[in-house]
Amino acid sequence: MSTTTLAKPDEELSFYQLDEHPHPEGHSTMLGFWIYLMSDCLIFSILFACYAVLGGNYAAGPAPKDLFELPLVALNTAMLLFSSITYGFVVLQMQQGKVRGTQIWLAVTALFGAAFLAIELYEFSHLIHIGATPQRSAFLSAFFTLVGTHGLHVTFGIVWLLTLMVQLGRYGLIPANKRRVLCLSMFWHFLDVVWIGVFTIVYLMGMLQ
Amino acid sequence: MSPDPATNHAAHPHEIEMPHASLRDYLIGFALSVVLTAIPFWLVMTMPLSAGATAAIIMGFAVVQIVVHMIFFLHMTPKAEGGWSLTSLVFTIIVLGIALAGSLWVMHHLNANMMPMPHDMNQLP
Repeated sequence: MSTTTLAKPDEELSFYQLDEHPHPEGHSTMLGFWIYLMSDCLIFSILFACYAVLGGNYAAGPAPKDLFELPLVALNTAMLLFSSITYGFVVLQMQQGKVRGTQIWLAVTALFGAAFLAIELYEFSHLIHIGATPQRSAFLSAFFTLVGTHGLHVTFGIVWLLTLMVQLGRYGLIPANKRRVLCLSMFWHFLDVVWIGVFTIVYLMGMLQ
Repeated sequence: MSPDPATNHAAHPHEIEMPHASLRDYLIGFALSVVLTAIPFWLVMTMPLSAGATAAIIMGFAVVQIVVHMIFFLHMTPKAEGGWSLTSLVFTIIVLGIALAGSLWVMHHLNANMMPMPHDMNQLP
């Protein structure tokens, strides 16, 4: 910060840079958030590995074929896919500087996310009701952990969506809020990427066994 | 802060670099995703092929759809963030592959080498 205190004896000799390099605020936020998502990806990779190893251990209990209803999963997938494209519209509205439009599409995204969550909770409650609880078999433990962790991420994504709507209403499209919109964009699309793995490996592959 | 006016000037720069998204990208990505999701569901629901072939095809579709999402929704390019986001992605995929393949490999051998047991434990002497 202050070059005067250190540069007294010999001004030419400098082993390190004393003057600060100014960085725009938040210039590394996007990369940092991406690296967070990659670490999240590692959590899911372990849960997927768990499911891949334990997914066949039914303990004489119900198998995927007895439990899963593909039309319901297809509907769920559609909800998440719709929420992905509506979040795309959020980013486009933001790029055009429209606060109101950004908020509206955030709300639409949150509705699709909530619909996804509602369908998933209905499925979980149905499974638990018929006795297919996480305690029933290793397969069901792994299933509930993997799908539940994804659902928990979607829940926090919705909380973030609502928070961002309030933030936008209060402060408008300031650079910090734009950054938040883009970070949540990465988070939301990342959850959709994880869901591709879930519906392929858990539901579709489960029905093939 | 700094007495140097040059650095002061640079402290208020243009906004940070943001990936530019276009409606075209999102619509292409969405259309591809719908097709790449619908076909695997249709294959499993109607089963026109054998289970093995269906499994291979739906895994292939999943990989393609993940790439589609990365490109059209997450705006991944080799140049984004000076290449660091792609580097971290490649690193993560390698770790993911090791964790998945390693777990399956080890646990398969563990299962294969277990002493055969009757399902009914009461039959043991």
